[in-house]
Amino acid sequence: MRYLPLSDTDRGEMLARIGVNHVDELFADVPQNLLLTEPVDLPRRKGELEVERILSRMSAKNVSASSVPFFVGAGAYKHHVPATVDHLIQRSEFLTSYTPYQPEIAQGTLQYLFEFQTQVATLTGMDVANASMYDGSTGTGEAVLMAHRVTKRRKAVLSGGLHPHYADVVKTLSDMASDETIILAPDVTGTEDILAQIDDTTSCVVVQSPDVFGNVRDLKPIADKAHQHGALLIAVFTEVVSLGLLRSPGSMGADIVVGEGQSIGNALNFGGPYVGLFATQSKYIRQMPGRLCGETVDADGNRGFVLTLSTREQHIRRDKATSNICTNSGLCSLAFTIHMTLLGEAGLSRLARINHANAVKLADQLAAVKGVEVLNKTFFNEFTVKLTKPAAEVVERLAEKGVLAGVPASRLLPGAGLDNLLLVASTEVNTDDDRAAFCAALKEVL
Amino acid sequence: MLNRQGRPSSAGEAGTTTHPTFTGNKALAQVEPLLFEIGRYDTTGVDLDEPEDLKPRLGGLERKEAIGLPGLSEPETMRHYVRLSQQNYGIDTGLFPLGSCTMKHNARLNERVARLPGFADAHPLQPVSTVQGALELMNELGRYLITLTNMTAVALSPKAGAHGELCGMMAIKAAIEAKGEGATRNVVLVPDSAHGTNPATAALIGFKVKPVPARDDGFVHVEDVKKLLGPDVAAIMLTNPNTCGLFEPQVAEIAKAIHDAGAYFYCDGANFNAIVGKARPGDLGVDAMHINLHKTFSTPHGGGGPGSGPVVLSARLAPFAPVPFVRAGKNGFELVEQESDAAEKPFGRMTAFHGQMGMYVRALSYMLSHGADGMKQASEDAVLNANYIRAGLSDLLSLPFGDKPCMHEVLFDDAWLKDTGVTTLDVAKAMIDEGYHPMTMYFPLVVHGAMLIEPTESESKSSLDLFIATLRDLAMAAKKGDTERFTGAPYHAPRRRLDETRAARNPVLKWTPPAPVAEAAE
Repeated sequence: MRYLPLSDTDRGEMLARIGVNHVDELFADVPQNLLLTEPVDLPRRKGELEVERILSRMSAKNVSASSVPFFVGAGAYKHHVPATVDHLIQRSEFLTSYTPYQPEIAQGTLQYLFEFQTQVATLTGMDVANASMYDGSTGTGEAVLMAHRVTKRRKAVLSGGLHPHYADVVKTLSDMASDETIILAPDVTGTEDILAQIDDTTSCVVVQSPDVFGNVRDLKPIADKAHQHGALLIAVFTEVVSLGLLRSPGSMGADIVVGEGQSIGNALNFGGPYVGLFATQSKYIRQMPGRLCGETVDADGNRGFVLTLSTREQHIRRDKATSNICTNSGLCSLAFTIHMTLLGEAGLSRLARINHANAVKLADQLAAVKGVEVLNKTFFNEFTVKLTKPAAEVVERLAEKGVLAGVPASRLLPGAGLDNLLLVASTEVNTDDDRAAFCAALKEVL
Repeated sequence: MLNRQGRPSSAGEAGTTTHPTFTGNKALAQVEPLLFEIGRYDTTGVDLDEPEDLKPRLGGLERKEAIGLPGLSEPETMRHYVRLSQQNYGIDTGLFPLGSCTMKHNARLNERVARLPGFADAHPLQPVSTVQGALELMNELGRYLITLTNMTAVALSPKAGAHGELCGMMAIKAAIEAKGEGATRNVVLVPDSAHGTNPATAALIGFKVKPVPARDDGFVHVEDVKKLLGPDVAAIMLTNPNTCGLFEPQVAEIAKAIHDAGAYFYCDGANFNAIVGKARPGDLGVDAMHINLHKTFSTPHGGGGPGSGPVVLSARLAPFAPVPFVRAGKNGFELVEQESDAAEKPFGRMTAFHGQMGMYVRALSYMLSHGADGMKQASEDAVLNANYIRAGLSDLLSLPFGDKPCMHEVLFDDAWLKDTGVTTLDVAKAMIDEGYHPMTMYFPLVVHGAMLIEPTESESKSSLDLFIATLRDLAMAAKKGDTERFTGAPYHAPRRRLDETRAARNPVLKWTPPAPVAEAAE
């Protein structure tokens, strides 16, 4: 077997050195009636060529985003990732390293995490960011738990514009922890009265902008009302590119900012792995979940970086920890940092303008198709259209015509009476031809 | 260079440092500033055309001020991150015997197939008809995991080991609530030797944690468990093979006692790699177990993530598995994304979308490559390698539970360092100078000054021989009183020992621009 260096001769010599006759003597503590003597009922080993063939065949049964006019978003976005990013994250020293518990031989990881934390804090307008979460949705769950610790209250109010998967993750966690969750009705137009829900028992308000229907929201009035009642504002985003063009959540008064960083540096990957971004204010750092990298010096006085404030974490605090997390999204955060470094402020803001411009063009073109109504007054690179037919059916018909048109609202919110709504995203990858193909196919289907 | 005692650190050290360089670089060891110290705000390494006459529809919420993110051109970016990478130690660099973490070879085939466009470039919310191959892969991975564990169902979506623990414990909580015992069964038993994630997970969802005390032999005893059992106990969280590197000999009896008391058996599967193809957790009475795909099935650790932590479930817990899951339907594979669409009683959702697809592909590629025979061989080799290290060091280092066979990792304590003035930490840092990544230190907590060594099956006999010889040399040096080789180490790494206390006392968690020169001069 190509991955196993020991020969049978080696094995024999090693068993002799250990002083046993058969390897199964080393498994003596396994109940002997349960020790398997034969391989389990799965196929035998395969060469590289054969494995590649099997998996390529499965891959070929999927329609990849790059192969068609593609407008699917709702929390994951198709962007162009520079070749440099994928090369660098496959460097052995990054790919095959572990959590930097031995900082003297992990400065590469630690320094990029410090850069990552600085980029995320800067972009969100917050004081500090952690070294990443699993993804935006689990980060949102952790943010709610953190707000409960800070406020010593246990009621979260979730906007009806929050991605339904995110709301489900929060609700699952909160129900299990016996915390209260109020989820507002789906808010297609971004006009819900969330202020009315905030009172002196509220721990936090969770608001997404741009929201799942694409609306851009002013967080300032919500932050003000929350603060009047001693509650926190958790600002969520699923499209991080939007922060290149929009006011930062921090500048609008958010206490915790959490979001999905996939769009920068990371492929769609059918849903994961992604990278959760998590930032807050300095005064709350000891209540933060997740790993943190901090600056220090070595014995010679040279600057270096270490994981720090680990007294919050499970391996020290056990059942008193701020979270059970013991992983970040290391390599995905590296991809984020490298892509963000390539973009810089100049590139990011231009990328954001291109996304917005493409979405504006698409919205105008779709609005001209009979049977299509664009519902958004504001949006970044994603918006909601109302069709004259159920969107799920339309999406299937368009897929048959080679256009992946978006996400039916009913897929995320079944039974909410939103069957004719379609969420449509447009990024820098879309061309004039893509838009024309979408509109033409839609005309045939509606 | 002189150390703090004012004496030359070592002969080799004196040779390298008597020739300071102008740049501070030492040939291939380059000093690399932070991105923020070399980047420029008007530089970008991505060529994009400015859109024409954009009329924003942002409701007046445009950013007015600069962001503050510097950029680098492409060649500068490449050099910056290549230089950073060179300050890291990876599996490809050398032996990485980090106990409990399973740093085995990461095959590049797995990287290649994970990047196939049908997997890497597919959106989680595309029409199901356009992702049949992705669902087939998830289904196949699930089948492999279920077969290897002899369990009933699998929840693939948890994003890491601790997330898998959370999923498994949520399934247990849901099952208890379904029986109407939610108010009374609220205690979870956790042995002292457990990973910190176990008690943290149980506490996170409202369970009270009751420790199972450690015994001198490193095992959990069924009579100790029985004493703690009662109508208030919801579950035990037991790691098997345990964190001392030993298979729990009474695991089947413990499982029976737990079940007889109406509770559930959560198994921490962090060490499943020792028994893949040798024993099946389902046969041992396990109700739920997470599998760290990044350990057992070699999806890369990536400097701390991303991981992936599918949970296999017994028939008793299978109905409570969270959404989403894949099922075979009349017209191909279906994806059940809503609780209302499930025939059973899912407890909810762990994450947006469907979990770590990129890791599923890599793990399945590992399993297809090894096959049933190769996976069994890998477990045997991992156990053989650990025992070979034990045999090679047992006369010089100290084994807390006596010189008996271990599983895939061997645990030493620091009794052998008594009166040497050298600590476990010092030994770890001296190993760095010898070109090795240190073992896991000070874990498990039940052993004083623990050194947990897991070589994995990826090491050759000659690699192990050199490692054993190196540790023997270090052990003899420590016992001879050559403490400087340890207490000042590492001498040869990109950094000397780092001041962690200072980092925690005054946290600096991001770069801040230096004060302007004019201001500083005032």
